Amino acid sequence: MTLLSVEGLTIDLPGRQPGLVEDVSFQVSEGRSTALIGESGCGKTLTSMSILGLLPAAVRVTAGSVWFDGVDLLTCTPRQLRRIRGGPVGMVFQEPMSSLNPTMTVGDQIAEARRLHLGERRGAALARARELLERVGIPNAARRIGAYPHEMSGGMQQRVMIAAAIACEPKLVIADEPTTALDVTIQAEILALLRDLQRDLDLAVLLVTHDLGVVADFCDEVVVMYAGHIAERTTVDRLFYDPGHPYSSALLAAVPQSGQARSRLTVIPGRVPSAGGFPAGCRFEPRCAHAVEHCREPQPDALLGEGHRTRCGRVASGDLTLKGAGRG
Amino acid sequence: MSTRMIIRRLGGGLLVLWLVSILTFLLVHLIPGDPAEVIAGENATTADVERIRTQLGLDRPVLAQYVTWLSGVLRGDLGKSLFTDKSVLTSIAEVAPPTLVITVMAIVLAVLVGVSAGIVAGLTQGGRLDRLVSTLATLGIAMPSFWLGLVLVSVFSLTNTWLPATGYADLGEGFGTWLSHVILPSTALGLATAAELARHTRGCVADVLTRPYVRTARARGASGGWLVRRHILRNAAIPVVTVLGLQAGRLLGGAIVIEAVFGISGLGTLAVNAVLQRNYPVIQGYVLLCAVVVVLMNLIVDLAYGWINPKVRTA
Amino acid sequence: MTTATLSSATRSSQRSRVIRNVLRRPSAATAAGFVAVLVLFAVFGPLISPHDPDAQDLGNRFAELSWSHLLGTDEFGRDVASRIIQASRIALVAPLISVGVALLIGLPFGLWAGLRRGVVDAVAGRLADTVLSLPAMVGALAILAVLGPGLVNAMVAIGIIFAPGLFRVVRGATLAVAEETFVHSAVAIGSPTRRTLWVHILPNIAAPLLVQVTILMGVALLAEASLSFIGLGVQPPDASWGSMLKAAYTNQFDAPYSVVPPGIAMVLTVLAFNTIGDAIRDAVGLRRGI
Repeated sequence: MTLLSVEGLTIDLPGRQPGLVEDVSFQVSEGRSTALIGESGCGKTLTSMSILGLLPAAVRVTAGSVWFDGVDLLTCTPRQLRRIRGGPVGMVFQEPMSSLNPTMTVGDQIAEARRLHLGERRGAALARARELLERVGIPNAARRIGAYPHEMSGGMQQRVMIAAAIACEPKLVIADEPTTALDVTIQAEILALLRDLQRDLDLAVLLVTHDLGVVADFCDEVVVMYAGHIAERTTVDRLFYDPGHPYSSALLAAVPQSGQARSRLTVIPGRVPSAGGFPAGCRFEPRCAHAVEHCREPQPDALLGEGHRTRCGRVASGDLTLKGAGRG
Repeated sequence: MSTRMIIRRLGGGLLVLWLVSILTFLLVHLIPGDPAEVIAGENATTADVERIRTQLGLDRPVLAQYVTWLSGVLRGDLGKSLFTDKSVLTSIAEVAPPTLVITVMAIVLAVLVGVSAGIVAGLTQGGRLDRLVSTLATLGIAMPSFWLGLVLVSVFSLTNTWLPATGYADLGEGFGTWLSHVILPSTALGLATAAELARHTRGCVADVLTRPYVRTARARGASGGWLVRRHILRNAAIPVVTVLGLQAGRLLGGAIVIEAVFGISGLGTLAVNAVLQRNYPVIQGYVLLCAVVVVLMNLIVDLAYGWINPKVRTA
Repeated sequence: MTTATLSSATRSSQRSRVIRNVLRRPSAATAAGFVAVLVLFAVFGPLISPHDPDAQDLGNRFAELSWSHLLGTDEFGRDVASRIIQASRIALVAPLISVGVALLIGLPFGLWAGLRRGVVDAVAGRLADTVLSLPAMVGALAILAVLGPGLVNAMVAIGIIFAPGLFRVVRGATLAVAEETFVHSAVAIGSPTRRTLWVHILPNIAAPLLVQVTILMGVALLAEASLSFIGLGVQPPDASWGSMLKAAYTNQFDAPYSVVPPGIAMVLTVLAFNTIGDAIRDAVGLRRGI
């Protein structure tokens, strides 16, 4: 069943060119994990921040709705929104070091959501925080609960962030690049932890990432964003075997395959256009290997099959068939 | 803060005090010409000059003088005033209370007013309140404290006779009497500090608001007073405390003029008279005392800093 | 840092751009205009002032504001407006003395310490810390105990107290510039120290120095007023805004609001120096100390 439904979301920087994010729609189903993938600057982080109303002050949502549990989070009262934040929806951020309060013990930060949402007293909340620390695999939880963030490694800090995000048994966790700032070996551990939690707690996860490897390891569905638009929406399997957008297939080709020489690494030519400099037609057209004349006209969102949508007119009309990569 | 760090800070403070003691001691010897003659004045007899020379020990080698003087200082003996028979320590102890009271009151007022104004301004950045606070703070920094004192006296004591214009009353004379004598001088003295603190606090709060951990806290459902108390204030306090430490010395200096405005006979008045009369032992005692107070304040600030900032505590 | 290697022509155009950036702000332009008026007052005061600032008129003491006496008269019936104009001379000269003394001490030692490090740096740094540990007014009092009271002595004392702060600014900026490649290469091709200083270091530390000096002007004016007020600065019958306040204070029971005009002149002047200092700091892209 659909848990979160983003519909026609448009985010602008008032006073400048519109369309940092334009007409973005996707769903996250209960207990499933959905990836929001794209290069930096494509609007994926803005999209994820807008769900809980955490956009920077200069940026505005100008159209669309975000339905969660029968409520439109974009039009509900601040009070309703506060009940959702940290309650049924938890969030994990990219840089654990700067995203944790340096003057508060990790125990208090994990306990905070329980005190705010469940009205628990500090003692009870801290006792629960200790269990949560154990649950996310931090040894010596009883002692670590009084530690400050700077006394922990990056991986431990991210575990604390995750523990805080799941403190009130949420239905959905939004994780914004949760492994990007970490060492490669730690990345795998954090992803494994997220996967365990997702399975055990029947969590839905919206994972924002630029890393296709993470998507392949972790996610069920995928939303590919490019330059403020959704390029393609599909299941992860279909993305890897039968991509529906030239950008997706270019991303797949850019991932170094195991066993292949480094020199074969394909890089997409050109640069991501910045907001205000978006092409009028397909936004990927200037960099696309398959572009033709009519790609310069606006491309509608088209249905390719069940749960598979693309913004590429050539693929939608059957004019172009793309090569998949296969998984891993 | 670890014991090792406290000891290191303490050592640094003692080193500064020792260097100040050398500079203070040298004051007398930096006087152009024969110090004894200059101190005695133009109409002094040879006997007067000799008396001063002996009293200050100026007839002995400089190093020997310093050793004698310093060992006296360490035993709490700052020497005798040149013109009365009182010891310098007694003179200082007699007039210290009013100065300390208005200085401490000034700090309290400055923290209450400055920090809260700064918090409000920082939280309402760009708003009307923020602009008001920033304008007042800019004015407050440019305004000499003693002039504010004069204006306050004009308004509250002369045009209206609500508060006494001059003098100091002991707490023993009743709380109301005491407060009515203390409130104007402390306000005048604390204004510049309040302005400085408001500016600083505003900047720190504004800075903390942009930090990712504030966003994390909001993503957890924190808002309003909870967010401000638990996430913003403590982090913003870290740099503000440092500024407060720097202000303590400044207030001690400012008290010199404020005492003159309000006719309070305190440490500043003692020091100014000592300068006019070239009463060197008193000046030396006063300078040393100020240095001790400043070093102590810095130490307290360091400790407070460690208490607020866990990174320092465990470092 | 690429600006460092610019020719003198581009450097002067950079300078005029900074000046333009400063003056483009309304507040800074107003402040600069105010200081310019003050300079006119100081130089042409006798020609501008409506009355002889020293002419007494004992039959007309503490006169109210009027067209003939714009700011009224003082305890000797002297025209307050004319005396404020006369005192603007001290308001500019006195801070210049302090800043001059501070530069005379702080600049050479700061440059030396920044370039050579070593013993000079260590000793001067310690000494600076020690002086800075004393409140400015207390330090000034101690120095005046040696020099004796008087305007020039007071301003020299303030200058000595300013010197350690200036030393630190110069040392820090020099240290940063000296690490730049172009200084290394200048030294490597045998540029003599004096030339290195004039051509490479000074132009590059000018900005922070200028900011500091502008702000010190305001602080020095406040210090002058304070010291004159307690009788250690300007001696009568000379007029400074501080000594006028002292006189107004003595006669406060007769004319409670005579403390207002000199005070406002002083606040506006300090405000002008601070505003210009802040504007220069922003224009050259220095970080505001938080």
